[in-house]
Amino acid sequence: MEAKEQSWKKKKQPWFWHWVIASAIFRLILIYFPKNLNLASRPEVSTPLTSLRRLAEGYWLKQSSMSPYAGSMYHGSPLLLSLLGPLTVQRIEGLPDHLLCSLVFVIADIINAMLIRASGQKLQMAYGQSLKLLGLFELPEKSEIITSGDIAALVYLWNPFTIVACVGLSTSPVENLAIILSLYGACKGLAPLAAFGWVMATHLSLYPVILIIPVILLLGYGPDTPPRKLFMRRRYIEVGDNPSKDREDLMDRPEVPHVFSWRLIIHFLFWTSLWSVYVLVLCGVSVKQYGGLWELFKRTYGFMLTVQDLSPNIGVLWYFFAEVFDFFRNFFLIVFHGNILFMILPLAIRLKHRPYFLAFVYIAISSMLKSYPSVGDSALYLGLLGLFVNELADMQFSFFLFCGYIGVSLLSPVMHNLWIWRGTGNANFYFATAMAYACLQIILVVESVSAMLNHDRKLRKLSLPELQVGKT
Amino acid sequence: MTHLPRRILYPFLLLLFHIFFSAIAFGSVLHEAGEEEFSEELLLRPLPDQKVLAHFHFETRAPSSLSDSYGRHHHLFPKAIAQLVQKFRVKEMELSFTQGRWNYDQWGGFDPIPSSNAKPPGVELWAVFDVPQYQVDASWKNLTHTLSGLFCASINFLESSTTYSAPEWSFQPSSGSLRYGTLPREAVCTENLTPWLKLLPCRDKTGLSVLMHRPSIYRGFYHSQRLHLKSSQFDSGGLESGIVLEQTLTVVLQPNSQSASKTYSIETKLQPSWSLSSIFGRKVTGRCVLAKSSNVYLQLERGLVTELENLRTENMISWADNMGSEGLRSNPGFELSVKPDRVFKEVNSVHSKSSSVLCEYSIVKYSDSEPFDLGLTWKLPAVWSCQQAPLHASRFLMGSGNERGAIAISLTSTELNEGFLGANTVEDSCKLQVDIFQVVPWYIKVYFHTLQVFVDGQPQGLTDVVEKMHVSPSEDKVSPGVMELVLKFPCGVKSATLTLEFDKGFLHIDEYPPDANQGFDIPSAVISFPNFLASTHYLEENSLTKTPMLSKFQEKSLVLSYTEVLLVPLTTPDFSMPYNVITITCTVFALYFGSLVNVLRRRVGEEERLLKNRAARKAGRLPQLLSKLSAKLRGKEWESPQSSSASSSFSSSKLMLKVVIVAGIAIFWQFYSK
Repeated sequence: MEAKEQSWKKKKQPWFWHWVIASAIFRLILIYFPKNLNLASRPEVSTPLTSLRRLAEGYWLKQSSMSPYAGSMYHGSPLLLSLLGPLTVQRIEGLPDHLLCSLVFVIADIINAMLIRASGQKLQMAYGQSLKLLGLFELPEKSEIITSGDIAALVYLWNPFTIVACVGLSTSPVENLAIILSLYGACKGLAPLAAFGWVMATHLSLYPVILIIPVILLLGYGPDTPPRKLFMRRRYIEVGDNPSKDREDLMDRPEVPHVFSWRLIIHFLFWTSLWSVYVLVLCGVSVKQYGGLWELFKRTYGFMLTVQDLSPNIGVLWYFFAEVFDFFRNFFLIVFHGNILFMILPLAIRLKHRPYFLAFVYIAISSMLKSYPSVGDSALYLGLLGLFVNELADMQFSFFLFCGYIGVSLLSPVMHNLWIWRGTGNANFYFATAMAYACLQIILVVESVSAMLNHDRKLRKLSLPELQVGKT
Repeated sequence: MTHLPRRILYPFLLLLFHIFFSAIAFGSVLHEAGEEEFSEELLLRPLPDQKVLAHFHFETRAPSSLSDSYGRHHHLFPKAIAQLVQKFRVKEMELSFTQGRWNYDQWGGFDPIPSSNAKPPGVELWAVFDVPQYQVDASWKNLTHTLSGLFCASINFLESSTTYSAPEWSFQPSSGSLRYGTLPREAVCTENLTPWLKLLPCRDKTGLSVLMHRPSIYRGFYHSQRLHLKSSQFDSGGLESGIVLEQTLTVVLQPNSQSASKTYSIETKLQPSWSLSSIFGRKVTGRCVLAKSSNVYLQLERGLVTELENLRTENMISWADNMGSEGLRSNPGFELSVKPDRVFKEVNSVHSKSSSVLCEYSIVKYSDSEPFDLGLTWKLPAVWSCQQAPLHASRFLMGSGNERGAIAISLTSTELNEGFLGANTVEDSCKLQVDIFQVVPWYIKVYFHTLQVFVDGQPQGLTDVVEKMHVSPSEDKVSPGVMELVLKFPCGVKSATLTLEFDKGFLHIDEYPPDANQGFDIPSAVISFPNFLASTHYLEENSLTKTPMLSKFQEKSLVLSYTEVLLVPLTTPDFSMPYNVITITCTVFALYFGSLVNVLRRRVGEEERLLKNRAARKAGRLPQLLSKLSAKLRGKEWESPQSSSASSSFSSSKLMLKVVIVAGIAIFWQFYSK
């Protein structure tokens, strides 16, 4: 059995790596024809926050000894500016502009995929272990063909959204890298890495701040498991059924999910404060002569939260705030951002035993409700969705969702073209696709949560048949 | 003492006398300076493209009123302006209302008239204040409101910080207290002219302003009314203190060509003859008695004078060598109906070959009975061209669609000035300096890092060409973007182009003007050539009486040219949609919230109960249907038949009873009501 598995893995690995290399080559080929694709100017790809063109403008302003935030062009992080800024001005003869930046994004994408794969493997291992504890051996057998980590990594790499975001010169691969790094670190129990990822992700795009809950749960309880109650009952039943068996032996069994490791949490919080101070000091140094940190927060987070730029994107907020009456503006800003926060606690309570899935749900919700969403955000949660193929196998509407995503991503450029370039359509056309996209994301979130809860129920049914019988 | 030697006394007395007289003289000078002055002048100039330029110039001077700043009575100077200067401490200000675009190709771009009177369409206002830095914006806002009331124009729109800018050095050298704003779409009409005329002591009742017959001046191709104000009363050590108010009206008119119906072989080339009465429909019936000087000038440009000399040599008609008044009156090209009082010739150091000629008519001697009506009748066709700025500037938009685009400023060398530039090439490193001042509204989001310069079609490194650059990027809904550039081109440059890419912004529906689909205007860019100073010296017979217009011509002013106003169409949202958008979006959000809460709320215990009762599922078809019906009635989702349980069938039988009762009541009611 073991040998067979090993041989399987050996056979499987090259196949996986071929696809990874193929995806990298595909990206490089696309990068070589930037003018023909013109992806960098697509509103679906580059938002005011992630556009590399705006970053280049910010860098230019900084080079001419002005604040990079002067004017309303750049709203990103000063660290990203000093990282990517020098790359935007370097041109290599005969090669497309921004080649170096594109390479950075390709590398970030590959690293993202690798991290997703590694955390997927970890998740699957831990999950298999906990299922064995529950006495459910038949479930993990089903998924031995391809591990969910490989699926997720390949889904992430070959998702057209990811490719478009990477080739379209938006900084979202780097933002995604920070988020995935944090989740990976939390998954592996590496508190400093998790803290670094979380601090960077929050610094880059603010919305990942809500990921602190899944990260703490991940560090505390370890990766996703079936509900904890099942373990308790299982043990209770086993103990009750076999009084002859040595109780102590049973109690000594390593029960990972039951211990909340406060030590790691303390570590995480310590490292978080350390990294935040570090990032704040770096930012403070880089914006010292341009109005200090307060100005920085106003220009970056303030810009995100107040939705000042009304240029179209795949979200719904731009049109809403272009049309809404001015005196309602603040109210709706609070309502829409509150909508993200409202669902944090209920989700955390219901899914606390599956922190990685909780993180996926949070990312999906924030990328749906954030002020300047782009396909790069969708690419991230669609990639993470691949990690739960086994659990979400019974998800409803998956074909409908698949068709919906394809339909929206085909219709959205058409409507944009009709409205902006041809002038034959109007804004409502494009807004309708944005609306449809929001609905699809809602269905995805709701259905995946529902499927995950159903999966838990199924596990419960399978693991506690005696209980059911006993009660009746 | 009594025997004081006369030798000593005499010089003493002389000294005393000297002091006394000089005191009188000084007093008289003081008196002279303390008087308000008004002068009116009109300059007429035939233009190469069969049009006539008329340039009215009114100047009012008021002495410094620092000594008695309040309650001062003005004799001639408009009190409204004096108060405005006092209140807002305006050092210098210029307000212009313009309709039409100055045709730099045809009407010239180098003389003092185009460089200071060719203005961008709409309203342009700039002002320099003598207040501390932090008060400048407040003063500007107050000034715009005051001027708006004074001139019946929507200058108050310049109050918003998105419309005005503070150029640092490219527009005018100033130490941060200059504010500049334009309203390219402002319509200019008589309602703006009337308050402007009210500032003149004689209104338009007498004097030269009688000529401002509204239908004729608004029929012109170009119309620019300007008010320039310079006050030096806040300077402590100013040489001449006081306020100088300069009001000019520049119109380009097309004379009716019916009068020139003489038969010529090349009739089309013959310039139309005109007279004051034919172009304005009025005659000058006398001067404004309050004016110190009232003169009419006829200016013949360099090109025209050269052409006339050519004509003279061709036609071998003898006219005086030095172009005297007689000679000018009977030259081969045209004929003047009135003999000029004086003729000035331009003093020119650079162009020795030809110089322009100015004929002066003093209208003191004319009256109602004998009105002044200058006429010019062309006898031979003349072709000439005006002196142009070193580079001809034009600006255009590139790209299509409503998402992004590029602004291009193209500078092309004017062929005529090659010789002029050649004169400067004596120096080794000949460089042509060009200053560009460009304001873009915030919804045109310019990427300054995309600035590209092409010289003669070849892309150039920015460091080679751009000498100095100052950019203040636009901030959404707060301030416009300002770009100030100093470019140095080699003198032999044929053409140069600057391109800047931009993204078009998307506005809130309230920010669109009433006619949103017309588009938005990008104000004119100001191109100036600091190496070239436009000034025309006229050799005068007696230099004591220098009239304001001539001294204005002598002032060294920058050669300026304004580019076209660009019209940028922006995308519009659907203006009728706000309620729909709000309701639909909120519905989607409610859908998200509701369905997610519903999913999370579903209890596992319920599921267990259903599972438990699965074994007890032994029910016929009717109870199943009934349970389905009851579920529908209760508004709950119908559980699959597998999960239908004994208890539910029990409840459904109870419900069946209820239904039967209700149906019975209904039948009974029906029966009873019959």
